[in-house]
Order: sequence, then C-alpha cells, then structure tokens
Amino acid sequence: MTHPVTHPVTHPADTKGQLTGRSVPRREDPRLLTGRGRFVDDIALPGMLHAQFVRSTVAHGELASVDLTAVREVPGVVAAFTAADLDLTDITAELGRPRTEFVPTAMPVLARDRVRYVGEPVAIVVARDAYAAEDGLEAAKVRYTTLPPVTSEAEALAPGAPRVHEEAARNTLVDVSLFATEGIDEVFDAADCVVRVESRTGRQNALPLETRGAVAHWDDREEQLVLNTCTQVPHQVRTVASRCLRLDERAVRVVVPDMGGGFGQKCVVGREEIAAAAAALRLRRPVKWIEDRKDALSASFLAREQHYDVRAAFDADGHILGLDADVVCDMGAYSCYPFTAGIEPLMASAEMPGVYKVPAYRVRGRAVTTNKAPTAPYRGVSRPQYVMVMERLFERAARELGLDAVEIRRRNVITEFPYTGVNNITYDPGSYLESLDLCERLVKDEGWYEKRAAAAAEGRYLGIGYSCFSERTGYGSTAFAQRKMQVVPGFDISEVRMDTSGALTVTSGTMSHGQSHETTLAQIAADELGLELRKVKLHQGDTDRITYGYGTFASRSVTIGGSAVRLAAAKLGEKLCRIAAALWECDPGEVELTRGGVRRADGSVLTYEELADVAYLRAHLLPRDIEPGLSATATFDVFNDGTFSNATHAVVVELHQGTGQVEILRYVCVEDCGVAINPQVVEGQCRGGIAQGIAGALFEQVTYDAQGEPSATSFMDYKVPTAHEIPDVLIHHLETPCTFNETGAKGAGEGGTIGAPAAVLNAVNDALRPTGIELDHTPITPETVHRALNLESSNLEPSI
Amino acid sequence: MTSPMTSPMTSSDNLLLLTLNVNGEEHEVITEPRRTLVDVLRHDLRLTGTHVGCEHGICGACTVLVDDRPARACLMFAAQAEGARIRTVESLADPATGELGDLQRSFTEHHGLQCGFCTPGFLMLADGFLAERPEATKEEIREVVAANLCRCTGYQTIVEAIDSCATARRAACAKTCTTIEETACS
Amino acid sequence: MKPAPFGYHRARDVDGATRLLAELGDDAKVIAGGQSLVAMMNFRLARPGHLVDIAGLRELDGMHRDAAGALHIGALTTHHTVESDPEGVLGHEFAVLREAMRWIGHLPIRTRGTIGGSIAHADATAEWCLLALVLRAEFVARGPRGERRVAAGDFFLGYYTSVLDPDELLVEVVFPRPAPHAALTEFAERQGDFALVSAAVDLDVTDGSVRGGRVALGGVAASVVRVPEAEAVLARGGTFADCAQAASEAVEPPSDASGSAHYRKQLVRTLVLRACEEAMSR
Repeated sequence: MTHPVTHPVTHPADTKGQLTGRSVPRREDPRLLTGRGRFVDDIALPGMLHAQFVRSTVAHGELASVDLTAVREVPGVVAAFTAADLDLTDITAELGRPRTEFVPTAMPVLARDRVRYVGEPVAIVVARDAYAAEDGLEAAKVRYTTLPPVTSEAEALAPGAPRVHEEAARNTLVDVSLFATEGIDEVFDAADCVVRVESRTGRQNALPLETRGAVAHWDDREEQLVLNTCTQVPHQVRTVASRCLRLDERAVRVVVPDMGGGFGQKCVVGREEIAAAAAALRLRRPVKWIEDRKDALSASFLAREQHYDVRAAFDADGHILGLDADVVCDMGAYSCYPFTAGIEPLMASAEMPGVYKVPAYRVRGRAVTTNKAPTAPYRGVSRPQYVMVMERLFERAARELGLDAVEIRRRNVITEFPYTGVNNITYDPGSYLESLDLCERLVKDEGWYEKRAAAAAEGRYLGIGYSCFSERTGYGSTAFAQRKMQVVPGFDISEVRMDTSGALTVTSGTMSHGQSHETTLAQIAADELGLELRKVKLHQGDTDRITYGYGTFASRSVTIGGSAVRLAAAKLGEKLCRIAAALWECDPGEVELTRGGVRRADGSVLTYEELADVAYLRAHLLPRDIEPGLSATATFDVFNDGTFSNATHAVVVELHQGTGQVEILRYVCVEDCGVAINPQVVEGQCRGGIAQGIAGALFEQVTYDAQGEPSATSFMDYKVPTAHEIPDVLIHHLETPCTFNETGAKGAGEGGTIGAPAAVLNAVNDALRPTGIELDHTPITPETVHRALNLESSNLEPSI
Repeated sequence: MTSPMTSPMTSSDNLLLLTLNVNGEEHEVITEPRRTLVDVLRHDLRLTGTHVGCEHGICGACTVLVDDRPARACLMFAAQAEGARIRTVESLADPATGELGDLQRSFTEHHGLQCGFCTPGFLMLADGFLAERPEATKEEIREVVAANLCRCTGYQTIVEAIDSCATARRAACAKTCTTIEETACS
Repeated sequence: MKPAPFGYHRARDVDGATRLLAELGDDAKVIAGGQSLVAMMNFRLARPGHLVDIAGLRELDGMHRDAAGALHIGALTTHHTVESDPEGVLGHEFAVLREAMRWIGHLPIRTRGTIGGSIAHADATAEWCLLALVLRAEFVARGPRGERRVAAGDFFLGYYTSVLDPDELLVEVVFPRPAPHAALTEFAERQGDFALVSAAVDLDVTDGSVRGGRVALGGVAASVVRVPEAEAVLARGGTFADCAQAASEAVEPPSDASGSAHYRKQLVRTLVLRACEEAMSR
C-alpha cells in the first residue's frame, strides 16, 4: 500500500526546481566560519554556575554511602546534591511487549542505591567555574559494596551470572523471535551449500566532536525552566524533564543551540541534562554542564557492540534459500529513552534480509544488559553490522560455489518492485542491481582487477570488496508502532509564517546537528512558494515554537520533516491564492503562484508583500471566510513500510605484511537516495558516513577489563581516524524517487556508515585469500592482519 | 614580556593579571594560573569561536595561531601566552565589512564543514600553515589536515577547500608578480 | 579535565630557573612547550604545586654548528624549528633530524613542543630520545651545582625518568658527529600517535659499504634502548635483514592493549630493516 500524495502540487510552474536539486551555498556557513555560531558552551548567563558529576569508580556495586560534606567546603563549590537530595523520578523507556520479551529498566537520574557501570553519575557538584567543580569532585567520599561485574555478552548469558538488574533473568532485556518460516530446517538440510558467519563488532562511541552539554535556568516571568541542551530530540527531552522534575510540560522549554554533531548519541535523553536542570531549579541560578572528553569517552552513551551467529543456505547456482540468525546486542547498563534496549535487536531482526530475495528466514534477537555504559542508537543502528554479516555470507558462499562475488549478489538482489519480503516489509522501488553493476564497472574501468592480479604475482596482498545494501528510512508511526514502541516517533510537523515583508519563517520539528536543514528545508519551502532562498529562515529546536516534533534521527528529516514543510508551504500558498483571488474578485482557479507573488491569467501579479499587507494590516479587505494572518501548519506521517535508499560500495585495500596495516587504495560509492534536494549536502553525508564506517571497521573500540574498567578514556586510546587514514571517495548518484512523500527524497544520513564496514571487511578478506584465513570481527587491527599474513613464520594457531 | 620576574607571580589568592594580545587587541585578564588559553579566550574574553573538543591536544578544535603558528589552545595556560600574538577564527573575516576571507569562502564552496564545530580549528590550522608554506602540495595539506579531527566530513572536502584556496592564492600571486614585472620592464 | 591549582613562576634566565626549582622543591616542575605536561595536568595525572615557565629564556632557542662540525640545539628549540631549519644548519649531515620531525605528533604540537622538554620527559617512544641515543648525543644540564654533560646512553633510567635532578635544567643537546646515513621510522595505527614501536639507525658507511652502525628502538622497554646484538651484525658486515632479525630476537617488549610482545617483535624486524634501507639510500 502506498500513501497517496495528500495535497495537490501547487508550487509555481515557473519556479519549479529553481532550488531543489541544486547545491546552493549553505545558510549555516557564514556564522560557523566566523566563530559566530552559538553552541551550548558558548552560552553565558549572569550568575551562571558550572556542574560536574561524581561518577562511579566501580562497575557494579551497592552504593553504601555518599558523603558530600567535604565537597561543599571546597573553595568555589556552591552546592552538591545526591539522588536523595534531588528526589527525581526515574527515566524509564517501555516497549509494549510481554515481560517474557521485554524487561524495562528504570534509569535513575543519579544513582540511588546501586551503580551499574564505571562513570555512572552518583552526585552533581555545582561551583563557580568548571575548575572549582572538578576540585569538588575530588573531595567526594563514596563507599561501594562491590558486586561481581558482568562485562561481556557471554558472561551476561552464562548460567548463574550475577544480575545487573534483579528483574532481568539471564541479564536479558529483550528476547524476541520475529520470524520463523515454516520448514526452514528442511531448507537447510536440503541445500547444496550452507555457510556460516560468526561476527562480533566492537563497542564504539558515536563521538560528536562537541560533547554533550546543557545550560538550565528558571525563568520567573514565564514560570518556566529553560533548558538549553544539545539534543537531537528536544521534545522528548522536554517530556522527560517535566516528568522527572514533576513540572507541567508547559513549564519546561527546551532550546537547542547550534550542535556539533550527534550521530545518535544525542537522540536519547541524558541523565546529566536532567540533573543540571534539577540543580538550576533548586538553586534558582543558571547551571551549565559541559561533558568533558574523558567522561564523553567512558561514561556517555556508547553503541554497536553485537554478536551475530548466522547461517545461510544456497542452491548450487548461488541463489539464497534461507537465512537463520541469532543476534545478541550488548546494550550496557540501561535501556535508553525513548528507544529502549529493543532498538538494536528489533532493527536487526526486522531488516536483516536487506536487498536480497530471501525465501525463508528465522531470527532470534536479544538485548543483554552488562556493567558497561549504556548504549544509544548510533548512525545506522544494527544495519552496519547485519549488512556486514550478510555481505560476508554472500562472499563466503561465492567462494564455496566458485562464483564471482558480484555475480552471486546479482543473482539475488531484488529487481522487481514493490517487493514484499519474508520479513513482511514492502520495499519501494530502488536501484539495487543498477548500483551494483555501475559500481563494479567503475572499479573495473580503473583497472583494479588487473592491479590486484599484478600485486598477487609480486606476492603483495591487494583485495577488492563490495557491499550492496539498502537503508530503510521514512519510518512513520506505523513502522514504529509495529515494533511496539510506546513513544512512536513517526510524524513530524511544520509551521510556516509569512510576514509583511514577504519573508517566510519555517518551523520544523526536526533538529539539524550538521545536516544542513537550514539550507535544505529552506530550499523546499522556497521552491514551493517561489521565494528567493534568502527570504526563508528555518527555526528549529525550540519546544515553545512548535507543538511536538520528533527531532532528527533515522534519516527522517528531509523525507518526513521536509514533506511537512512542503505541505505547510503549499497550504500557505493556497491561502495566498485565495486572498489574491478575493482581491481580484475572480475565481481562485484563475490564479497561481509565481515568483514572489500570485499571478492572474491576465499576467497581473500581487506580490507577497502586497498580499501580506492586506492579510495583516488591512484585514478589513478580506472576505469573512478568510482569516487574517499568513500562517499554516501541516504534519506528515508515513503509513506504509517507509522508503529504501540503496547503494553499492567498493573498496580496494592493500595489506602490508611487515606491519599488518590496512591501506585503503580506493573507495567508490554508487548511491541512490531518491531526489537529492542539495547534492553537495548528500555527498557530504555519504563521505562522512563512510568515514565513520571505516572507523568502526578498522580503528575504534572501547574495551573493558575484567573489572569493568573502560579502556578508552582519551583520544590516545580511542583512535578516531584522521585525514591520513580516511581516503577520498568517488561518488556516483542514481535517482529513484520516493513516490509517496512530498519531496521524492529518501534518507541519506546513514547509508555511508552502513555500507563501509562490510566493504572494508570483504576487501581485507579478498586480500587475505592466499592465506586461507578469513576475518569476521571488527575492528580489524593491524596486529590481527599481521598474524593472518604471517602465520607460517609465527607458529600461531590459525584461530584469529 | 610585560612583567618578567623571577619571583612567584602569584598573589595571596593565586591570581594573575595578564595582558593578552588577541587579534591585534590588548586585553587585561585576571585569572588563576591554571586556566588554559582556550578557556580564557572563550569565557573571559568571550571569543567563543575557538572550541573545546578534548583538552588533551588531539582533536584540534581549539587550534589558534600563536605568533603566526598553529597551536593547541588547550595545551597552553593563558599565562604562557602573555607576550605572544594570538589570533583566533574571529580575525579571519574582513573586520570592516564582515566579508568572509578566501579560506572561509573556499570552505563553504567545497562543503568543508557540516556541524561546524571543528571548523575554526581547521581554519586556523590551514591559515597558519599556508602562510608558512604557500607552495604546499595537496599531499602536504592532507598531512597537516590530519592534525585535527572532524567527525562529519570525512576530510576530503576540507583538504580540497584548503588546496583550492592555496592554488587560487598562488595564481593571484603569479598574476600580480607578472604585472609587476611587466610594469618594471615598460 | 581542568588542572588542579598551582603557582606560576616565570624564569628570566637559567640561573634564576634553577634557583626557583631549588627553592620550590620537588613540588615544582619546569614547563617549556608543555605539550605533554599540560595534557597530563588536564587529566590531573600530573599535579605539580608550582610551574616554572622557562619559555622566556631565548638563549636556549636555536641551533648552530661549531667549528668541529658538531650540532648544538638549544633546549627550547621547537620541533618545528628543526623541521623547517630556517638557517640551513642541519645540511646533509643531520638531515635525519629534519626528516624525523614529521613523526612527532602534528604541526600544532611541533610548533610548541621543544627538544629539551621531550628529552626531559623521557618517554620510551619519544623520537628525540631515540635520535639522541642512536646519534650518541650529549646533554648539557645546568643546576645550582653547576653544569654537567651527560651522554644520551647514560641519561634515561626508565619510564619517564632520567638522571636529571629536580633542580637541574636541560639547556642544550649536542650531536657531536655528522650522521649522513641515519634514519628513523616508526609504526602507529594512526599517524601522529605515540609509536607502538620506533626504530632508528645510524650507519657507518665508507666507500658505499656499511662498516658498522648503531641501532636503537623505542616502545620495546621502559626507555629507548640500543640493541648491541643488531649492531654486531652490522659491524661484521651482515645484511640489513640479519640485523633486523637480530634486533627482533634481542628485545623483550611488553604486551599490552596496544600490542602483544610478539607483534612488537615483528614490528621491530620490519622497522629496523626499513630504517637501514632508508639510511643507506641517503
């Protein structure tokens, strides 16, 4: 089923596509390039205090006592609060599933009687500056009765394991078997070829370069707590803050300044921002909290750590017959709000078949809780991992069956649309085969296959790897409701207002944190009304300016938010036409929008300024059935399974025998995100996404020792790749527009990150072919590659 | 050095009076010795264009020019900056018109920024580097860009923006030089 | 990540600096470029009660060659000054120093970090420590008891420790002999990071053949180390591959999260070979 376009296309014929599809310069740039952006740490309010958190030094323990007496005596410290002092309601995220499938975890704003990870906030210290606040932390006396920590998925599931939450048996928060095709065991028994991939992905940090932070103050005149915070989901923060602080939701205003990235880490509600708000409320003074990098690396929301054990059955021609998957996600200490610990296993379970025609499917998805920092959705959410597993399965089957790695994909990708898969999802049209063919041709045309052969002849290790995948975007209320989420972040909303100067203010419930919405959403609105871009200004991230929105994640902003913007602009366009027709005393059908105004069949034009003049200043000229003012509000939701962007990536690597270093020689991406509102912005999303995917494949990981102490507390240990490690990317666009939204755009935010780990891993394994060793875990470290390349000389077991 | 001394500069409450030269202006600041240059720039002088990303010298979001050379403002105490010429991102645009400088324009043309948080650091890194090595190759530029972290762009467009700016400057310089030579010849 | 309080003192000259250090005692630390120290202080892993800022001692900034051809580098000379060698004092004989600088962090670190600070910090992977050791440098230290010269081979005692007394200031590093056939190379997962293993060699080449040489390694022990076993191979005319193998077999590197002992030994072989070949090709 498709959701019909609900509104006639009203945008002016003579301005159609003036801006959409063009790489117009970004509206955001001038202020960001001159140091005039306003990030949360740039905010300074009179009398502002600075907060930091006393954090747990043990991974698992009872909180025996928290003594802040000495803290309060440290020079510069103004106040210090424990959980008991602040008495806040816990943050609890729910799924509408039976307790056998989902166990909720209450996350206290400050730890109350138990700590569950190193870095868990135990107390908040508020001081005259950040230096004194840190002095205060050192004076805190916290006693723990330590409990044995659970530091891995295997430990969590082991019989008799200590419980992270008493209510979660076997430390399992989510255990769902979404699909089990009847007769799947027989399919595997009868198959010509069965391959298996067991894969682990390292725990990562989404790592926005701007750490989390907030500035909160109480506004007596508005009787409102104003919480400036860098979040991707301002309204969800408002809802949670009002519940935790027991305020009417009206009495909380969340304002989001410029944001230095988020990538998912900021799309959940943080405990610290609520605690800072509580302190401001208590002290009636502005309180700022800026997470430092040490805390951001060790105690912020982490991501990505999953374990897959998956088999796939193929016939002799390489057609996939069945897929049997067991997915376990290590979600850390708590469910995040609003998504819950279900986000990763449910995403993987629902979407693992991906771009392939899989006839039989069985999956079990679990989320386990461990004594590690909790996780949040991170760019791609499970898809980088299951795409990696799927792409490994296909390459492994190709090897077993003697098929070319691209050819086996060609035989299995979905080519006819709409296609309803074994996972009950209907895929809208995409260019799966086309992207695969084009990507392969680009690699061949550059001579990489010959170069690989020549390298092999010289005893060098050069490999080519592909990944072919889709990215489901435009999740509407229906899709999230199917997952039984109790907060269903489906629709979004936009309000447009035109003033007497004919300038347009667009408000959106989405929340740009680097994605250029001030440019792209303005392009959409400007085109709809035939305005110059400079006449349109986007406002976002102020909960007082829009009733409710769901922010920015899951590549939803242009697909859903952009559609709402277009609908709102179209509504306003209709009203402008009606006013013009009334003034001309003609039929509304005789007028249409034109550049900067409304035109009559005879060619006469009323400009927007002229119409606004009537709408606001001389409303007596309006007929009774037209209300004064020029504003319109629209919502947009998706009532089907959403839309699918797709891409094929190809990577060429060389492995260096002496060091094990993986050098990326070439990166090619053929992507299709439907209509690209601003192609340069889309390419930026691709390149940035790919860089993060490479980071996960080769560099970044937070590990924990047996006591649950995190390894990565600085950028020396958490190895974010630089310009030296990240290659240039050749990008080609295909365009298969989304047919049921208002922009034709499919999401573009996550695809790069989704495709990169699979392509890199496949390329490394292609290069390793002479060794007979295959690597299925990420990150792939130089030491691992070195061992694989030098097994004979190192007397090591071939188990890597 | 405005107040060279061999005795402790600390008063009883351990505060320093510093004179800092930032973007050509002298500022007097009273501060604890432990305050880093980036904190004093941002919070005492309210020049918030310079950002804090890691406070251990790796991400480069705080990069400023100290006596024309790029340096990490998180790895300097403000007291160490007395007597030096500090330049921050706020100095790059034309002070009279606010018009963007050529390096800034090149960043926007090449989409060398997304969230913009790391951008001031990259701009000051590139500004200092190109001033010293106007003839830098793209590969040299890539090596220098590797000094800072960006989480949004994948770096390619940052390298391209800087390279394009350097190329344009060289072309402009060559043209000027030719004109001067021609004038001299005639 | 804000440092603990400290008192700040500016030295006007070397004697003033050492006097201050003596007065303030063990709780005082010298700050030059501060590129390692300030990071550690921000983490509160270092919390000196006093800092003595020597950056104003201009006489310690600069490089020159003496009549005998020895190279003198003042302790406050930055890595970037060596890298850019504005007065061309390094020449072919000390090109290794110029070229090794690119391994030290990144440009904005090299503009502030100093040779003296790096050597006094005595990190087991620091490029300057390795270069000083392999090129048989001498360190000039000045303190209340006067000036003394210490050979690089006698200077490093272990993790971040050296023979320097708390009230002594490293003022100059002297490279007595030209090193036209020397090279430094290293490996880190990310360029610019502290090396997992680093290797430096200084070959004695006469008439195009190797007569001997020195081999030094970083990242394999508590401080930078020479490898006599590898040097013996060079002295007896063995191949670079044999030299690299000997170095790999001789060291007993630590195993930690960054790399196993086995991997480090393999890297030693790769890097010593690379350094030898690079040095020979000069």
